[in-house]
Amino acid sequence: MTSVLGFFQAIPYEELLIQTVNGIVTGMILALIASGLTLIFGIMDVVNFAHGELFMFGAYMGVVVLAATGSFWLALLLATLIVALIGAALQITTLRPLLGRDPLTTILATFGISLVMQNYALWQFGPVARKIQEPFTGQFTLFHLQYPWYRVLIAALSAAIIGAFYLFLKYGTYGIWIRATTQDRVMAEAMGIPVLWVHTAVFAIGAGMAAASGVLFGPLVGVNHAMGLDWVLKAFIVVVVGGMGNLGGSIAASIFISLLEAYASIWVSPAQAVIVSFVVLILTLLFRPTGLFVPTPK
Amino acid sequence: MERLVAVEDVHTYYGKSHILHGVSLHVGSGEVVGLLGRNGVGKSTTLKTIMGLIHPTRGKVLFAGKPVTNLPAHKLARLGVGYVPEDRRIFRLLTVMENLRTGLDRHGVTEARKQELLDKAFAYFPVLAERRNQAGGTLSGGEQQMLAIARAMMLEPKIILLDEPTEGLMPRMVWQIRQIIDVLHRDGVAILLVEQNVPLTLEASQRIYIMEKGAVRHHSAASALKVDDPVIHQYLGV
Amino acid sequence: MSKRSATVYWTGFCIILALLIVAPLVLPEFWRRFLTEILIWGLLAMSSDILIGYTGMVSFGHSAFFGLGMYGAAAALLMVRPPNLWLAMLYGLIGSAAIALFVAYFSTRLRDIYFAITTLIFSQIFYVIIFTWTEVTGGENGLTFRRPPLEIPGLYSEPFTSETLHWFVLAVVTASYLILRRITQSPFGMVLQSIRENEPRTRAIGYAVDRYKIVAVMLSGLFAGLAGVLYALQNRFAAPDFVYFLVSGETVIFNVMGGIGTLVGPILGAGFFLLLREAFSRFFTEYYLIPVGVIFIAMVIFMPQGLLGFMRRWLNQ
Repeated sequence: MTSVLGFFQAIPYEELLIQTVNGIVTGMILALIASGLTLIFGIMDVVNFAHGELFMFGAYMGVVVLAATGSFWLALLLATLIVALIGAALQITTLRPLLGRDPLTTILATFGISLVMQNYALWQFGPVARKIQEPFTGQFTLFHLQYPWYRVLIAALSAAIIGAFYLFLKYGTYGIWIRATTQDRVMAEAMGIPVLWVHTAVFAIGAGMAAASGVLFGPLVGVNHAMGLDWVLKAFIVVVVGGMGNLGGSIAASIFISLLEAYASIWVSPAQAVIVSFVVLILTLLFRPTGLFVPTPK
Repeated sequence: MERLVAVEDVHTYYGKSHILHGVSLHVGSGEVVGLLGRNGVGKSTTLKTIMGLIHPTRGKVLFAGKPVTNLPAHKLARLGVGYVPEDRRIFRLLTVMENLRTGLDRHGVTEARKQELLDKAFAYFPVLAERRNQAGGTLSGGEQQMLAIARAMMLEPKIILLDEPTEGLMPRMVWQIRQIIDVLHRDGVAILLVEQNVPLTLEASQRIYIMEKGAVRHHSAASALKVDDPVIHQYLGV
Repeated sequence: MSKRSATVYWTGFCIILALLIVAPLVLPEFWRRFLTEILIWGLLAMSSDILIGYTGMVSFGHSAFFGLGMYGAAAALLMVRPPNLWLAMLYGLIGSAAIALFVAYFSTRLRDIYFAITTLIFSQIFYVIIFTWTEVTGGENGLTFRRPPLEIPGLYSEPFTSETLHWFVLAVVTASYLILRRITQSPFGMVLQSIRENEPRTRAIGYAVDRYKIVAVMLSGLFAGLAGVLYALQNRFAAPDFVYFLVSGETVIFNVMGGIGTLVGPILGAGFFLLLREAFSRFFTEYYLIPVGVIFIAMVIFMPQGLLGFMRRWLNQ
């Protein structure tokens, strides 16, 4: 009897709660990154290896704009726009020529882009991490501990951006164009939808979302040229677990995996907590390869 | 004008397969033209070539006298070519309303006009009005066919390419399709009708082309052909 | 192959082999090692070509096979006294074979992109394990060890010199190339290519596609592990950097630059990439990847057949 009580007393409730909140915060950022990735895959069958670098560039653009204007919000807005444009330019120059070719080529091309972008950032900004100052400090009391408001803001803003995007997809004119193109590219074109430009727009939107994540996440870690690598892997795991091309699935998967990792980090080091996401991926691939949160096709 | 759509000596390939061997045909403004032939002779490929979904390696496609041979399909849709493909291909995850909107949402169309077009579509196809908020994939085969036609009508096309619209439909639906063809014709919309249903095609069309092995083998007024004509037996008989 | 083109091929082969044998006697130390490295990376790229070029399975997992070959050799050289060359090779091959089996299982259940991403993630799993399991793997710093002597048991035992090491590597790589060439030109190899062209049809004809895929992955993994062993021998250290997925990425770059599905192409690609890196790093220091990356992207778009394909077309004119 005492051992059972002892067991329940040993569970670190406060830690769990803190990690729950942490998990949701990280999960929302991951969801923002993964949404862009899954959308890009869903609509044009492109596995965008450079997505993590778009995230990283966004963070750096945030640093630059913040230094120039002193405004976090302006940095967020401009970084998103600038990287969206960069994304559009990249898509037009390197991905459009590859339309219709073996999907391997797009993986390779985006991989090449990621290498170039990483080293370019290293060249321009050097190896020392930069900092983005959060727009406000201040904490609130979460049970016995202080929890920073800013983290809550990140989660809220990410959710808002994803929500806005979802509404755009569902009800906006161009939202219908995007959804139609995702379902049947050929028929969409026969209905007068300029499919090539829809692809570019989607890539740009995905890039913009990744950039916004970068700026939002910037204050939590240092901004450096390699920050994209870990995120891109996690984002891929999320996209596969959530079901490729499935927006809702990747959001659910992002939160699910981030929560698990946050809990795991109570007991193991963060570097090892990463294994959790790998395990989830392997289990998903073994038992539900179309995606954990996707109903099994009848 | 004389020739709304003209196809001149077109050769089209699928990879290495030579599908169209010099196809030539034309459709006049407001005309209903039938395109008959056995399975696999290249009828659908011809429609796709006109629509710009495939580009020919040789030959020309003209719309209102201007060459459009290598234009992408979306430009042809905007010029006024509507396409109703063989397997309907409605957007299954979009609602009926959203399917129609893919055709309605174009530059230069006022909200009033959009409403007019919608009202017209719902008048012709009342069942679509009933199901307007249902996902396309939940409709029956016949309803999907109607949606596919209505969707093309939203483009206000000058010509509609119909690929086997009556395939797999019950006789009552076939009759409805027949009525739609007449209505479109009265509205001045040209139609290029690919069909296996010979009697319907002979009735609905002004002129007939018959294809075999990737080329046009016969061309005449529809009135000159009867269902039991030797020509029909030759190219379409079992 | 026609009689004439066979003679041309083998003549070319012998000439190149002769050049490679003579090279260490003529070149300065730096270039000697450079050449040896090209051979080792070339072997890695060849092993990857079996999957990418011949079976049509893009794998980013080669850093795992390579890394385990490397660490396997390290294990043998550190745990067994006196350090034995052949034991090192054995351990390395066993290590990479074990991983290959694991990956092979998944290769039959996943297609295309999912397989590529999964192999990538596997590399990362091994990276994390090796990086954090410091007691066993040396963690971030890796393992260092002494090079074993070149020995034929009972007959001969001499420490390696720079030249003999090069010749040893050359012998192993050449033997591997000949074996792989034989395999890819055999009926087995033909089936692999048929899987790449049209998997459903190959299955429909009646081939046990899954089994072929498993064997392909095992083969690929073994030779990649062998490359890892050679690398360990040459550099006398094993580090987690080589298990990071970027190594897999670079391997794929070698394949594409050289020409997939040709076996020789990837070696060319490795050489080309390493030369470019050497050249650019003289001008751009560490940022050589910017121009090299741009060249790579341009090659993917404009020269999808790689250098070999380009040369072939040029020669045919």
